[in-house]
Amino acid sequence: MAAERKTKLSKNLLRMKFMQRGLDSETKKQLEEEEKKIIGEEHWYLDLPALTEKESFIIEEQSFLLCEDLLYGRMSFRGFNPEVEKLMLQMNDKNKAEVVEDKTEEVDVSDEEMARRYETLVGTIGKKFAKKRDRANYEEDENGGVKLIKAKKMFLKPQD
Amino acid sequence: MAEAAAVAAESLAGGRARAARTVLNQVVLPGEELLLPEQEDAEGPGGGGERPLRLNAGVRSRVRVVCGPGLRRCGDRLLVTKCGRLRHKEPGSGSGGGVYWVDSQQKRYVPVKGDHVIGIVTAKSGDIFKVDVGGSEPASLSYLAFEGATKRNRPNVQVGDLIYGQFVVANKDMEPEMVCIDSCGRANGMGVIGHDGLLFKVTLGLIRKLLAPDCEIIQEVGKLYPLEIVFGMNGRIWVKAKTIQQTLILANILEACEHMTADQRKQIFSRLAES
Repeated sequence: MAAERKTKLSKNLLRMKFMQRGLDSETKKQLEEEEKKIIGEEHWYLDLPALTEKESFIIEEQSFLLCEDLLYGRMSFRGFNPEVEKLMLQMNDKNKAEVVEDKTEEVDVSDEEMARRYETLVGTIGKKFAKKRDRANYEEDENGGVKLIKAKKMFLKPQD
Repeated sequence: MAEAAAVAAESLAGGRARAARTVLNQVVLPGEELLLPEQEDAEGPGGGGERPLRLNAGVRSRVRVVCGPGLRRCGDRLLVTKCGRLRHKEPGSGSGGGVYWVDSQQKRYVPVKGDHVIGIVTAKSGDIFKVDVGGSEPASLSYLAFEGATKRNRPNVQVGDLIYGQFVVANKDMEPEMVCIDSCGRANGMGVIGHDGLLFKVTLGLIRKLLAPDCEIIQEVGKLYPLEIVFGMNGRIWVKAKTIQQTLILANILEACEHMTADQRKQIFSRLAES
């Protein structure tokens, strides 16, 4: 009896996610289109032809700041108010386009010196962390730099 | 003959728009329409005559043009709304087109965003001060809009103080709001203007003339004696010198220099320098 009659599932139930996993892509697409149609009919829209917006190339501004280069409003002369005089220099320089001098970076230490220093530094620090046995492997150079002279400890085959 | 009469009649009727380029530094009246440079080519020489054939008729290189105070946008053209001289500034760098504006004269100030003005505190209500800037309504100034002001550390502002600040909100629909700090939170000279001194009112055009980079009046005034001046774009000037007499002389000079010629001004300065 139950097998004869197919249980009719409601539309909302069929729209749920777990019911759609078993469907193939075509039926899914059909369902989506039906959904869109339903939504489309419910939504209101203006039945007007698409109006093209005119791009305007004229911008309206009511401020005089753009038009004329005006100085800063506070002024002091002959040292009456030193703070205002400092401000005057600061603000008026901001307005004028100042020529920025290209300062070449001054390097205190040249690159070669840096390389040399690091070379010896590695040796000195390495000695600090080496075990007592390995400290003997470090030898001092003529210049005072410490370098590791590695004697590879390999297995010496016993000469019979 | 007939052509000349026709052209004259047309211009009298006022229907023909002029090119902005030809009217630079001339007096324009409200209601006139001005054509921007790239449009005058399309208008044609006689208006009704044959249009020259152009290969790239469809393509017009559009440059962004800024229309400043005294001008309005009217379709593709500029509409003059104030009478004065038409000015133009070439674009310095980058975006082209430049700025057009009308150099007009008026005494009434209309708040504009970004302007530095001198205001008088008229009321203190809760967290804001009401500041009279000479516009249609008083501007509001929050007590937190001062450098280093916090809820506990309130600025020392009383009713009747003079404030130098700038507008952050200023349009015809809302109450103007001003602040005494810039976008980084620094005062930059804004805030309460010190004691003493004299505040007086002049026309807006004079302020702009005095604040121009190459103003001779300010340079000459600065050589007289130690003094301090604050200019507000709302037509207010505050001056202070060591004695009251010097302050009054300075105020009189600044008020009068609007209507003096350069020679008269030099005479007065030389007389002052002697005394």
